[in-house]
Amino acid sequence: MSADTTVVEKTVWRAHGTARRSTHTLRLYVSAGLVAVTALAVLLLPPLVQLDQQAVDLAAKLLPPSWSHPFGTDDVGRDLLLRCVYGLRVSLLVGVVAALTATVIGTAVGATAGALGGWADRTVMRLVDTFSSVPHLLLGIFIVAMFRPGVWPVVISVGLTHWLSTARIVRAEVLSLRSRPFIDAAVSGGASRWRVVVRHLLPGVLPQAGLAAVLMVPHAMWHESALSFLGLGLPTHTASLGTLIQGARGSLLAGQWWPTLFPGLFLIIPTLAIAGLAGVWRERINPRRRSELSL
Amino acid sequence: MLELRSVTAGYDRRAPAVRDVTLTVSSGESVGLLGPSGCGKSTLARVAALLHRPDSGEVVLDGTPVRHWRHRAPRELRTAVGVVFQQPRLSADPRLRLADLIAEPLRATGRRASAEDRVAELADTVGLTPDLLTRRPHEVSDGQLQRACVARALVLRPRWLICDEMTAMLDASTTAALVAVVEAYRTSTGAGLLAVAHDHTLLTRWCDRTVHWKTVTEPR
Repeated sequence: MSADTTVVEKTVWRAHGTARRSTHTLRLYVSAGLVAVTALAVLLLPPLVQLDQQAVDLAAKLLPPSWSHPFGTDDVGRDLLLRCVYGLRVSLLVGVVAALTATVIGTAVGATAGALGGWADRTVMRLVDTFSSVPHLLLGIFIVAMFRPGVWPVVISVGLTHWLSTARIVRAEVLSLRSRPFIDAAVSGGASRWRVVVRHLLPGVLPQAGLAAVLMVPHAMWHESALSFLGLGLPTHTASLGTLIQGARGSLLAGQWWPTLFPGLFLIIPTLAIAGLAGVWRERINPRRRSELSL
Repeated sequence: MLELRSVTAGYDRRAPAVRDVTLTVSSGESVGLLGPSGCGKSTLARVAALLHRPDSGEVVLDGTPVRHWRHRAPRELRTAVGVVFQQPRLSADPRLRLADLIAEPLRATGRRASAEDRVAELADTVGLTPDLLTRRPHEVSDGQLQRACVARALVLRPRWLICDEMTAMLDASTTAALVAVVEAYRTSTGAGLLAVAHDHTLLTRWCDRTVHWKTVTEPR
């Protein structure tokens, strides 16, 4: 081979980290800011303003947004801003409690399957596969239909149908952890099965499970809204984002856009903010995987 | 006596990593096991530490044949054998501070009360300063972490020690220090040692008896 045919390879090193980091930081600040505003509004506004969200004023029904009613009023004259804040409060409560329920069930099932291994693992994971083959909204509808409408049936319905993905994540993580030599060292040091799980395996999967829980909150909020929109979730007199959008369908056809738009925005913006925050967290703990929005 | 009687073990029954190995370590004796990498030494060490169930053959500890493995093995048998692994990074729980790492076997066996004194004593023996004990594994070097792992293996005063390539990741001075720690422990307690390595010079200097992998497996 002659010298002039030799290709000189040049390696170009680019500082590709900086550009990504700035969008990263922007996303973190925007998401964190929106989540903070949402949390403050939901936690502080109702006790501070002491206004009755249920106050009906038929003379002021379906008013467009104005200074006295920034989001306008609904078809019986209730202030929509107040209704939206109370609705978001209920939806967030349902979302957080349902996500926690799903995470606790998922972590317990996944950790048990992963730690026991063998036929117990195979049986449990085949059951999980069986459950995931049923569309979970359908399963959720089946569960809420067994109870009277209320907050807890929705929480149970979402919690009982959403632990499957968490169980898979936790099991995979436990399987990879339990083959490490430090587990062997713990067994050799006399640790019981229970102690290995609680002391060495669970702390190792908690970041993943926590992330799954946070990502589950927006998902659960959308499920609550979907169930309420279908009339199966919360009773119609309880303001939640789902019931608000459901109740506003009629006026949307009549050209009144505000009773649908504002609850819709209240649903989309906080859920995107929570998902964005979780995405930043995910990239921190697992930089190799690009974060995607899973709603 | 720690006896391995025609042990066959591995991760696939059709292709066992260890075939028909017979090896005995008497109390107070140190046995070096030499072998090329990948021949199944570590698997044998795991069997001897009751961490891996052999496909066939027997492990006998002081005349008691071992019937169960890992969690199912009686705690007295499991803790009678201390193990030090090759890679300290992988054999230390990344979340525990070194003091907790060393004390973990005491806590797991319900001897919490004696933990603090015993950890201080062992840290001194293996050469870890008190400020190192407050750090987590990622904040110390491989050598310092392996010192903690040796301390953890000694904390329950095992009757046998299994060192699976204990010094492979270490520099010469740490190797010398840790071998000295193990030897001091053996002379004071009369424990047996099975040291697995592929470094001939080290094993012949360290152990009473060095056997080659080829001589412990049955020829086929």
